[in-house]
Amino acid sequence: MTYTPRTKDQMAARVAQDMPDGAYVNLGIGMPTLVANHLPQGLEIILHSENGILGMGPAPDKAHEDFDLINAGKQPVTLLPGGAYFHHNDSFAMMRGGHLDICVLGAFQVSERGDLANWHTGEADAIPAVGGAMDLAIGAKQTWVMMDLLTKQGQSKVVRACTYPLTGLACVSRIYTDLATLEVTDQGLKLIDAVVGLSHADLEALIGLAIQA
Amino acid sequence: MINKLTDSIAQALQGLTDDMTVMVGGFGTAGIPSELLDGMVQVMADQNVSGLTVVNNNAGNGDTGLAALLKTGRVRKIICSFPRQADSHVFDALYRAGQVELELVPQGNLSERIRAAGAGIGAFFTPTGYGTQLAKHADGSAKETREINGRMYVLEYPIHADLALIKAEKGDRWGNLTYRKSARNFGPVMAAAAKRTVASVHEVVALGELDPESVVTPGIYVSHVVQVPRQATQGAGFKKAA
Repeated sequence: MTYTPRTKDQMAARVAQDMPDGAYVNLGIGMPTLVANHLPQGLEIILHSENGILGMGPAPDKAHEDFDLINAGKQPVTLLPGGAYFHHNDSFAMMRGGHLDICVLGAFQVSERGDLANWHTGEADAIPAVGGAMDLAIGAKQTWVMMDLLTKQGQSKVVRACTYPLTGLACVSRIYTDLATLEVTDQGLKLIDAVVGLSHADLEALIGLAIQA
Repeated sequence: MINKLTDSIAQALQGLTDDMTVMVGGFGTAGIPSELLDGMVQVMADQNVSGLTVVNNNAGNGDTGLAALLKTGRVRKIICSFPRQADSHVFDALYRAGQVELELVPQGNLSERIRAAGAGIGAFFTPTGYGTQLAKHADGSAKETREINGRMYVLEYPIHADLALIKAEKGDRWGNLTYRKSARNFGPVMAAAAKRTVASVHEVVALGELDPESVVTPGIYVSHVVQVPRQATQGAGFKKAA
């Protein structure tokens, strides 16, 4: 049987579907930012931005762009009624102090025990940059990863042990991918869902690890 | 009488010395004190000052501001969390040529190390970075770690500065400051961490005009307030990770 991977927007919608009303959420740079477009109607989910914003709203139209009001990716955003500004130290205290319910991050690799690698390829000529990734990964109550399951070369990004430089140890609780959603448990990886047509055996073969049903 | 209002940037930046540590506010381009950075380039050339350590979240955008300061070759080291941006070409070239040293710090640890300096804290244990390459010293040796209540932490030390350059919105002659939107970012913690803080403001107001409930940086942390013309902050995005 054949199967179709989820598009980026379908992945974002899948992540958004699991967010409870009233959650304080930080969406990482890149693919996780798309989740903001799919938040369930009628729920109040409050977005945090590392540069000192709670209650972040959507991008403004061109005429209303204000570059004193930007997100972590330095793109212009808006503030919802009830939103607040604060300085960087408060912003990172919210992360490190465990006040955020969920953060969603992109990743190069996630290990079966929830180690995360997402900041540095480790290549000798790459200029390293970490930003707030390490604070988010270990600070939020739940850290979710959103990424394609396989590299362009077809290798699984869910691995027994990360080979890229680590961002945080045992910090990821869920992995949302284009082919399946996985939970990281003390007993290893557990399947939450997979795209139609992808069998359990096929998924285990792609990842190369045992996945609990 | 206290009067921290200073007529010119050059006057506020008098007395720069070699090897000083300078904090620069801003995240992306929001909150970057561009006029003060332009002033630094000028005053450092006039006084032939070099060997600076710069503390900023990023490492400069385009060819102006911090990038222009780096380009002078008078900066020895930069301490930051995210040097790579869409237009960080000045830093990229200097770094690849080995002409500027980089100390990469997770953003929350950077902010907390700055806060610790201003708050008189000797050092602190943070969970951020534990078990990663950034829990190592520049020479590759491991930073001190400790298990506290079953969790692992890394010992980090404060970052003190001789000078902080920050951008605020409004200020008065006692140095009280308010900020605008997300341009606040590192300004308040840097103001407290430096021996001398120079703040640019777009508006100078009389004492008592700032609502005391809304003052973000109390004047005790500020040495000089310089008014600069209001100019809309320009955009500069993020370059995808390699």
